[in-house]
Amino acid sequence: MANNRGASVRYENVQKSYDGETLVVKNLNLDIPPGEFLTMLGPSGSGKTTCLMMLAGFEPATHGEIFLNNRPINKVPPHKRGIGMVFQNYALFPHMTVAENLAFPLQVRGMSKADQAEKVKRALEMVELGKLGNRRPAQLSGGQQQRVAVARALVFDPELVLMDEPLGALDKQLREQMQYEIKHIHENLGVTVVYVTHDQTEALTMSDRVAVFNDGVIQQLSTPDLLYEEPQNSFVAQFIGENNKLSGQVVSVDNDACEVLVAGGVRLKADKVNVSGAGDATTLSLRPERVELAPERQMDNMLEGRIEELIYLGDHIRVRMTVCGNSEFIVKVRNRSDRRRLDAGEIVPIGWEMKDCKALDAVA
Amino acid sequence: MSSLPSYASPLQRTWHYTFRIICGLIFFFLVFPILVIIPLSFNAQDFFTFTPEMLALDPAGYSTKHYVDFFTNPDWQKALKNSFMIAPTATLLATVLGTLAAIGLSQPHVPFRSVIMAILISPMIVPLIIAAAGMYFFYSRIGLQGTYWGVVMAHAVLGTPFVIITVTATLVGFDNSLVRAAASMGAGPITTFFKVQMPLILPGVVSGALFAFITSFDEVVVVLFLGSASQKTLPWQMFIGLREQISPTILAVASIMVVLSVVLLTVLELLRRRSERLRGVTPA
Repeated sequence: MANNRGASVRYENVQKSYDGETLVVKNLNLDIPPGEFLTMLGPSGSGKTTCLMMLAGFEPATHGEIFLNNRPINKVPPHKRGIGMVFQNYALFPHMTVAENLAFPLQVRGMSKADQAEKVKRALEMVELGKLGNRRPAQLSGGQQQRVAVARALVFDPELVLMDEPLGALDKQLREQMQYEIKHIHENLGVTVVYVTHDQTEALTMSDRVAVFNDGVIQQLSTPDLLYEEPQNSFVAQFIGENNKLSGQVVSVDNDACEVLVAGGVRLKADKVNVSGAGDATTLSLRPERVELAPERQMDNMLEGRIEELIYLGDHIRVRMTVCGNSEFIVKVRNRSDRRRLDAGEIVPIGWEMKDCKALDAVA
Repeated sequence: MSSLPSYASPLQRTWHYTFRIICGLIFFFLVFPILVIIPLSFNAQDFFTFTPEMLALDPAGYSTKHYVDFFTNPDWQKALKNSFMIAPTATLLATVLGTLAAIGLSQPHVPFRSVIMAILISPMIVPLIIAAAGMYFFYSRIGLQGTYWGVVMAHAVLGTPFVIITVTATLVGFDNSLVRAAASMGAGPITTFFKVQMPLILPGVVSGALFAFITSFDEVVVVLFLGSASQKTLPWQMFIGLREQISPTILAVASIMVVLSVVLLTVLELLRRRSERLRGVTPA
């Protein structure tokens, strides 16, 4: 029953400072359409949680305005915003049973006992905890507590749900399972979800769009695939997925392509993304799985590298090489039965296409 | 009880037994003076000493007449009634004010927190006789000296620090995201306070209230300064009794108060364990 039950959110020139000097969030502009699953992704201290707390109403914005369904909400207290929220530590009420926890938002809204029971029952079924209504939170496992927290944030039918690193405390397997469950719940209910995490896999798996935060600024806002394949700057390339870096200088520019001189006097062809012209310092970004070892066909960039280390990972082999002076250059080789034998110390030809190599801003 | 390992050196052995003796002595000095008044209160004679009959466990040496005296003598009955009029009101006042103060002072943005805290705690630190003298002069000026409310207010002042300290201690372990969670679900500050915060800090509130109650119930100095004859409390009556006529009825009252305190503490501890079990926390 995917529908437009979600709310729209708009941040307009929002700034936040805790001490009146340094800006934790610098001039944020963000439009979230109804029903979208938007993830704010970034390292700790990047301002993503602050943005979520301002939307929830727990932190006032220093400057700017936040709109919910086109209504400014800066002056609306948190309990009148009608936004569901899942907290990092779940924040379940320890003195209430699971059912009482779920009934709390309904009770506050003055719903009748019978309606409350009906809604609580349905919410518990949604997260597959139908029989645990009489337990206390302390008697549940971490994963079950997490589900209760999700159910409690949704039980009063909010149009917007905020999630603040809700899966951080779970082990890897459970975390992956919950990612899919939350994604499916979102698809079924059609609510708008704003999700905060520092885990890029989580962000890529669940989101419609991802806003990558660093230093209080959105570095890139796009769909997961574009984020991975078309990073707009070195920070995004580095933060999302694995990435080989080569520093160099732009020699010439030809429309969308450019030629870059890197260490060892090698000239490489790259996709011009974040450089302006010849003479610019740049960092080339290249995904390990886009590099071919001993290519059998002609490629835009063909050179040689020395194998330093081989790490066997089952489905693929990680090859650490020295390429153009970078000894941390990683190549992923698929583990096929006919693959060529590799040895440390060997010098092998490697190659990659121009469009897979992005010329981004220079980093130190 | 742990026993000595076989490899213990002579020094360790000596210390092991010395330690036990020290502990025993501490308990003896703490508890014995309290326990000894209980058999003495059943003395058939009007003395503060064990008679030869009592030591011989002769039933004729024992009597409940001092208890009878306590429950029939109008002086004692009036004192008992006064104590039960003053202590609960003072406790209620101290608990409400102390809890609110503790919650307010636990907010990080309150200015001069430690100074305010120190002022509120000061009745615990200032010598009682000085506080009582100060209150006497102050309350006389504003017409509270010698009144019921004067004594209640003075006792509330003495009890509040206990409530502030115990509630502050429970608030340290209080997860503030619960308050945010309640707000996100649409609960206003008042609902949040009564439905979420209060039930969770209740153990601290109750033990603070208990201390406040006992403070008022045991208090003699302030009452002597601020009370008039119509606010005569149990401790006051006992104090006068000791000075004017050494009647073993005092011992009977003291015994009753000891038993009352023990029962109160036990009930509270049982309630605390029950609430922790309900919350799924194993008792420490």
